[in-house]
Amino acid sequence: MSSNQLLQQAQNTLWLPGALDEAGLVPVLESMLAKGANFADLYFERTVSESWSLEDSIVKDGSFSVGGGVGVRALCGEKTGFSYSDQVDLESIKKAAVAASSIATGGGNKISAIHSVSHSPLYQMVNPLDTLGPDAKVALLQKADALAREMDPNVVDVSVSLVGSWKTVLVLATDGTLAADVRPLVRFSVSLVLEKNGRKERGNGGGGGRAGYGQFDDAAVAKYVEDAIKMAQVNLEAIDAPAGTMPVVLGSGWPGVLLHEAVGHGLEGDFNRKGTSNFSGRIGTSVASELCTIVDDGTLQNLRGSLTVDDEGTPTQYTTLVEKGVLQGYMQDKHNARLMGHALTGNGRRESYSHLPMPRMTNTYLLPGEDDPEDIIRSVKKGLYAVNFGGGQVDITSGKFVFAASEAYLIEDGKITAPVKGATLIGNGPEAMSKVSMLGNDLALDKGVGTCGKEGQSVPVGVGQPTLKVDELVVGGTR
Amino acid sequence: MDIERELRTLQDRIRLALSIADKHQATAEVGAYQDQGLAVSVRNGDVDKVEFTRNHGFGITVYRGKSKGSASTSDFSDAAIERAVMAALDVASYTAPDECSGLADADRMAKEIPDLDLYHHWGINPEQAIKMAQACEAAGLSRPHIKTSDGAHVGTSDSVRAYGNSHGLVVAYPQSRHGISCALIASRSDNKGETMERGGWSYSHRLPDQLQDGAEVGAKAAERASRKLGSRTVPTGEFPVMYAPEIAGGLLGHFIGAISGGSLYRHSSFLENTLGQTLFPEWMDIYEQPHLLQGPASAGVDGDGLATYGKHFVEQGVLKRYVLGTYSARRLGLESTANAGGVRNLRCTSTHSLNELLTMMGTGLLVTDVMGQGVNIVTGHYSRGAAGFWVENGEIQFPVSEVTVAANLKDMFLNLRGIGDDIDARGNVQVGSILVNNMTVAGKRSERC
Repeated sequence: MSSNQLLQQAQNTLWLPGALDEAGLVPVLESMLAKGANFADLYFERTVSESWSLEDSIVKDGSFSVGGGVGVRALCGEKTGFSYSDQVDLESIKKAAVAASSIATGGGNKISAIHSVSHSPLYQMVNPLDTLGPDAKVALLQKADALAREMDPNVVDVSVSLVGSWKTVLVLATDGTLAADVRPLVRFSVSLVLEKNGRKERGNGGGGGRAGYGQFDDAAVAKYVEDAIKMAQVNLEAIDAPAGTMPVVLGSGWPGVLLHEAVGHGLEGDFNRKGTSNFSGRIGTSVASELCTIVDDGTLQNLRGSLTVDDEGTPTQYTTLVEKGVLQGYMQDKHNARLMGHALTGNGRRESYSHLPMPRMTNTYLLPGEDDPEDIIRSVKKGLYAVNFGGGQVDITSGKFVFAASEAYLIEDGKITAPVKGATLIGNGPEAMSKVSMLGNDLALDKGVGTCGKEGQSVPVGVGQPTLKVDELVVGGTR
Repeated sequence: MDIERELRTLQDRIRLALSIADKHQATAEVGAYQDQGLAVSVRNGDVDKVEFTRNHGFGITVYRGKSKGSASTSDFSDAAIERAVMAALDVASYTAPDECSGLADADRMAKEIPDLDLYHHWGINPEQAIKMAQACEAAGLSRPHIKTSDGAHVGTSDSVRAYGNSHGLVVAYPQSRHGISCALIASRSDNKGETMERGGWSYSHRLPDQLQDGAEVGAKAAERASRKLGSRTVPTGEFPVMYAPEIAGGLLGHFIGAISGGSLYRHSSFLENTLGQTLFPEWMDIYEQPHLLQGPASAGVDGDGLATYGKHFVEQGVLKRYVLGTYSARRLGLESTANAGGVRNLRCTSTHSLNELLTMMGTGLLVTDVMGQGVNIVTGHYSRGAAGFWVENGEIQFPVSEVTVAANLKDMFLNLRGIGDDIDARGNVQVGSILVNNMTVAGKRSERC
């Protein structure tokens, strides 16, 4: 699929019903420049999505939704004007343009020649909703339920869900950008409760990505169920977690939530332009141990956090954020890159047409080191080994971050011993990253279930890391 | 927006959908909304964003026998509504019958919708809103240690919500919400470099003239940022913990989550099978007031079309009832408490003044910020990041950060020591400071680990 075919498809979906075309829309952009905006863009979107859910061993609910519209943005210096409409016709767009450009003063800026952005799509142009028939979707959920109940007789509740969406976006901007993307996204989730000797614990598993439902084959579904059962089984045997400062070994893959919180958010361009991030003004300085090279990479095939182009039409890229511990740069959208005089990085993302774009992560991960993961465990006399996490949160100004372990073990004399109950880990971003003292050779990315929230907007993201050791982190247990 | 016209439009769209479902021998329930507003933000005195918001949505659930299907759309045209109903019917032809599904019983439908005085339009224009946000921010920026602003916001929104179902019920009512907020950054430099702290405050109300003075909001944001400067950790140990009113609502929120039907019938709550048991000290009552005039969470009907009513969930420490909608009630063999969509204006007993609580606490941690998701409703296990102040002999000593607080919610609830009369009435849960008996506060290295 070439970028031209993508553009054609997007225009058919988004412009044809309202009889829109470039010739009619360019004057709208020009009208905003005439009012004094120095940049303006139109973002067209249509999303169809579905979800199916199973409870009590039957698929008892399903939903289908269609939504979309057009977002109109004008920038004037540091000011942003924004309006949107779910009526995608020229009259509504003109009205939104008047509202959005009400922040602008002056005038006289000229539109650049419109050119379609060329790129190579990172996922197939396939509507995931059509990749399985309804009966097969129902059967897929039932398979996971049956498997869970077969795997452990202590299962007292199983919930399974299948979610898919198909999002078509098209951007037309005064800097000449004309770009389209057609994005599939699917997710399969298993959540179950085990009860044994009067104790109950929940376990979760799942995965997904930018592809059809075909990826949820027997082996994948079995793995999600196994992960959920294992998490619950381990927690049924868990003892109280220790409390206080200690060495922490984090497993590979999903524990990369650490980077997302401890470093990632603090490196988003908007916070740094405003000087509100703990990382503001620190390019070229050390923000992590020399072992750490951290990248944001939107170009990985079929991954949940990947995008062919971002929501401003900029092709995504592999951006080195931190190299051998030294801060290299920030993640940018057009507004912040222009004000800071930085290059675009393809990180301008928005939840939908009714939200403004801002700098957001794609797939953020830590490159592998040379240590054998077993050696890392062996190096710890007394500490915590955490392999799975719920979610995290960061205060980008003070740098304080937390993340909650959902599967963790004690390390005693270099050996993994008793499982411990979930505990929150807390630290300060640069401080914690400077205490990374061993780095595994086992880089893994998460299975494709992450969603990141910022200022009320949710977008799908990926995280990853190899097994690593942080010499000192506060573990929030009770013992 | 023309409220009367929007009320009619939504009711008309709902009736259309219900009639299409009826033609296909299905029962249905439909929710729809329309809202319109303005949001402005300023930063360091300059305009940052001006956003004009206008959203609407339509969602339908159909029941073919006992099989359920749902669909939603943002397009209100006849054709789009018909497509949504057909999509929902299509889904319902694949889902399995569920004995408990279906509309709530006809005799429990709301008869009339009380006027709860929720709608008060604010005809502010962007320039006026910007001036107000600037004044709010300026009052904070002029305070000591404040380095920069993360923005001050003023917003207004009017909306119409509507619900209808095949029992013939179709209701619609307008509401408004207006708000002002400010976030500021305080900084201090010493020989180890610069440290920055963020602090914010917000206020919202149904009535524009009840909005708190902007300068007060800005000053409070400044105080909340600067008072965190110089924070440090504390030794790991067991201490009483007090939750400030602005975060105390979260604790009661966990309780409500654990007594909600969805958690109970999925065997996913540490409070399963506790009806009639003593879960709190004897002085504790927890109740909801859905008909509070101008209340932040007031509503006359619940998500299933039942008339809402005031009720106690906890009386003298004893759990009196769960939080149930129609479906979860049927699953548990109980009656709905008209709580489909949650609780509305939750309140509880106050026992002391803040100063009395501090004296009772003696030495411990006053928590003003919690972070992360470390709350497990299945087991009651609780472990969250926290920041606040160290208290000795009932007096605040110094700011604390980078610590965790952990315990089991069941023990925390049963051993509550008191609740302040310093009620924060801005949100759905309206409660004062909560003093919890010992929790594990984890901070810097101690002998025990």
